Amino acid sequence: MSDTIILHVARYRPEIETEPTFQEYQTPCRKDWVVLDALNYIKDKVDGTLSYRWSCRMGICGSCGMTVNGEPKLTCAAFLTDYAPGPVRVEPLRNFPIVRDLVIEMSDFMRKLVQVKPWLIRAEEKPLSEGEYLQTPEELDEYKQFSMCINCMLCYAACPVYGLEPHFIGPAALALAQRYNLDSRDQGGRERMELLSDHTGIWGCTFVGECTKACPKSVDPAAAIQRYKLKAALEWFKSFLMPRGTS
Amino acid sequence: MNQTPIYTEFHSRWYRRRTSTYWWLRRPSYLAFILRELSSLFVAWFVIFTLVQIQALSQGAEGYQRFQDWSKQPVVLIVNLIALFFVVFHAITWFKLAPQAMVIRLHGKRVPAAWIAGSNYVVWALASALVAWIILGG
Amino acid sequence: MITSSHDVVLVGGGAAGLRAAIAVAQSDPRLSIAVVSKVYPMRSHTVSAEGGAAAVVRPDDSLDEHAYDTISGGDWLCDQDAVEAFVKEAPEEMLRLEHWGCPWSREADGRIAVRPFGGMKKMRTWFAADKTGFHLLHTLFQTSLQYTRVVRYDECFVTKLLVEDGRVQGVTAIELMSGQVRAITAKAVILCTGGCGRVFPFTTNANIKNGDGMALAYRAGVPLKDMEFVQYHPTGLPFTGILITEAARAEGGWLLNKDGYRYLQDYNLGTPQPYPVLRSMELGPRDRLSQAFVKEMEKGRTLSGPYGPVVHLDLRHLGEKVITTKLPFVRELCLKYQNIDPITELIPVRPVVHYMMGGVHTDINGATPLPGLFAAGEAACVSINGANRLGSNSLPECLVFGARAGRAAAAFAANQPEASPSVLAQAAEEQRRLERELLHKTEGRERIAVLREEMQRIMENSAGIYRSGAALTEAAGKLRQLQERFRHVALHDHSRTFNTEWTAALELSYMLDVAETIVQSALRREESRGAHQRTDFPARDDQRYLAHSLAYRNADGSCRIEYLPVTITRWPPGERVYGK
Repeated sequence: MSDTIILHVARYRPEIETEPTFQEYQTPCRKDWVVLDALNYIKDKVDGTLSYRWSCRMGICGSCGMTVNGEPKLTCAAFLTDYAPGPVRVEPLRNFPIVRDLVIEMSDFMRKLVQVKPWLIRAEEKPLSEGEYLQTPEELDEYKQFSMCINCMLCYAACPVYGLEPHFIGPAALALAQRYNLDSRDQGGRERMELLSDHTGIWGCTFVGECTKACPKSVDPAAAIQRYKLKAALEWFKSFLMPRGTS
Repeated sequence: MNQTPIYTEFHSRWYRRRTSTYWWLRRPSYLAFILRELSSLFVAWFVIFTLVQIQALSQGAEGYQRFQDWSKQPVVLIVNLIALFFVVFHAITWFKLAPQAMVIRLHGKRVPAAWIAGSNYVVWALASALVAWIILGG
Repeated sequence: MITSSHDVVLVGGGAAGLRAAIAVAQSDPRLSIAVVSKVYPMRSHTVSAEGGAAAVVRPDDSLDEHAYDTISGGDWLCDQDAVEAFVKEAPEEMLRLEHWGCPWSREADGRIAVRPFGGMKKMRTWFAADKTGFHLLHTLFQTSLQYTRVVRYDECFVTKLLVEDGRVQGVTAIELMSGQVRAITAKAVILCTGGCGRVFPFTTNANIKNGDGMALAYRAGVPLKDMEFVQYHPTGLPFTGILITEAARAEGGWLLNKDGYRYLQDYNLGTPQPYPVLRSMELGPRDRLSQAFVKEMEKGRTLSGPYGPVVHLDLRHLGEKVITTKLPFVRELCLKYQNIDPITELIPVRPVVHYMMGGVHTDINGATPLPGLFAAGEAACVSINGANRLGSNSLPECLVFGARAGRAAAAFAANQPEASPSVLAQAAEEQRRLERELLHKTEGRERIAVLREEMQRIMENSAGIYRSGAALTEAAGKLRQLQERFRHVALHDHSRTFNTEWTAALELSYMLDVAETIVQSALRREESRGAHQRTDFPARDDQRYLAHSLAYRNADGSCRIEYLPVTITRWPPGERVYGK
């Protein structure tokens, strides 16, 4: 195995360029190096002008998502040796506006996240003095998987629906809504229903399933959405059969 | 295109990549997805075909004979073969995804994905056998 | 310059910052609150905490026992009134998190589950599987979204505290997306920027932990307290600093030197047995294990890896079954982020910097000596951690003192006049500094990364696990030189858009300041206590040093150390006893 590797890194400098270009860099290729380490090597030793986000380098902060050889990846978990002999193509995540180099703009997600009300909604708060809401391990299991989302945006980059229809709420936000809907302590299901069962919500999803494949934390947003579709359909059917005037 | 980019001191000019018309050719899973979406046309075709068939039945033996002659034409046969391929494709890809959408618990444990997909196939096979029995045997 | 105005401004959006923001919003709904963070809040380093969060819940446990474990663990340098408040309020804060939706692990009957943890005599560590910090942060962040009075300035890098008329009146910040310098005025500012592990070369800390808040306060004349106390964790992966949890050793993992020898037996840590023995060998206390590594290195018995000396953590004899069932996360981390399979390979490990006990000097309500300035979390030093923090106390600290600082800041802000217009002149001057001295600077010859690496090397060699007067004196001089060289730092990136070279330079300047306070505080403390081990003063000296060190910045930029007595309420200083 060669001990260096070539990276083709997407550059976009909005002040001087109208569209992204590629720049070639050579970096060491060590067994324990990931794509992010190569980018840090470039930033520190070769070209200080390269911009990208990163922080924890252990797959939990969700900052370093990029497109590596066409696939959405956390670059802290993408070993260079898996791409040897190279070259490795590193681009910003797809489906998002590019701010600069490998930095994307994700405030769209931040807005949508607020819309799905990702917090515990209770008709009545239990006072702290009365202790915890009881929740069995089985009840915890119901939503646990959907609470593992690190907001890394890989699922949005993988989702063709989001690429074509930017109003689509999208996999991570829908999965997080479902995380609260399925929480035994939550009573906000009805409140979230209206937005979620909109055509930009669950019905916007056509079950491509790519979000689940891209997810580095096995959240399975596709499952969250399909399960919600099933529930919404049943609810609609019920209200159709037994209209109770609750509107 | 040849315009010199305007230097914006404060507002970055975000680059929005246009989704290519051929995005669905980029990876097999996208292609499979588009084909599945497309299959809805053929499902619709079978519905229409069946409606026409019922109408033909209601017109008595002669009318039904006309329908049968029409459907024996090579063009209709080919269309039906293609439609069959798409409907089967739709069913298989759908069954593959079904376990994700359905969470069934038995004695507090989640039923494995393979069982859910498998049971779909079993129901499919039974339904097909029933239809075959009605048409061929009954 | 774009200016905006709020009642309370929070710098940092991790556990302490978000808890404080919610506390402000709840205590006075009229107040307008800003959370200014250089990353999106859910990227904050709280997210990386694995183990858990301590709070007394079991009937066989008591607040006094939690307090005693904390104080003895901190080698009696904790302020005992702060510790008492902390242990009393921790259960309530943790319960509040449960009410906000935190997915705490549960008992079969639905109650919160707790587990044992190093240094805690009773089971009182709440956990959410092995991703406690992640769940805690996301719960706080998502809960904070419902408070419309909380305005977020995501990806805004704070460069200066605006101080006028003897009180803090706001901050200046670079908005990364546009590169413009903003002035955000406020009646109170709370610093919740976390620690500064990145001052050292090998750390479990994320890239964003550069001591920003510490340096901001220090430059504004606020002292940094107990900065010499730096906690090492004995088993981190070199280079990445990923932490290999104690559980790997508790299951029977061995530490081997280059000869494959379990070297801990040479350091008065018991005799090797094939099975794990509590408080013996690999299960000895963290600091002793880290110290043994240094001794082994001095004897030339460590291995040399691409990133310096390492020893091996051997799990192979445990077999695939134990590793995959008992230590799945250890294997996942090794496989996914380091390309090593512990079932068949030795894991190279070394002690890594984990936590700063010291920080911005605050009282029990998070207030600093500068009116209007508050601090909480790892950035602050109240102090409940003393000379050595106990595992699983840091997350509840963020909650308890985040909430306290939030309430105190809200009360303070309610009685303050609007920011005086003259602070805007100060902000404009700061903008000119940022642009003239950095962004538009075209000359310069020093690379940021080179200076940073030199600083890290100096810190490891002088202010690492073992320190000596001679090494610290030399380091102080070298750091001065680095400060000088920093003035000639070269920036090649002159774009305003997401210029991470610009912020890296600012971060380096923060770290250089913080590094100096660590070295100076360590130099002046002529004793060994907790995480501060002096080879020339190996014993604890309660006569002279049962006191917090306070590092002040002199007008000429140099550092001066003063001392403040420790508050003792009910637990007079005793010996730190292990294994008996």
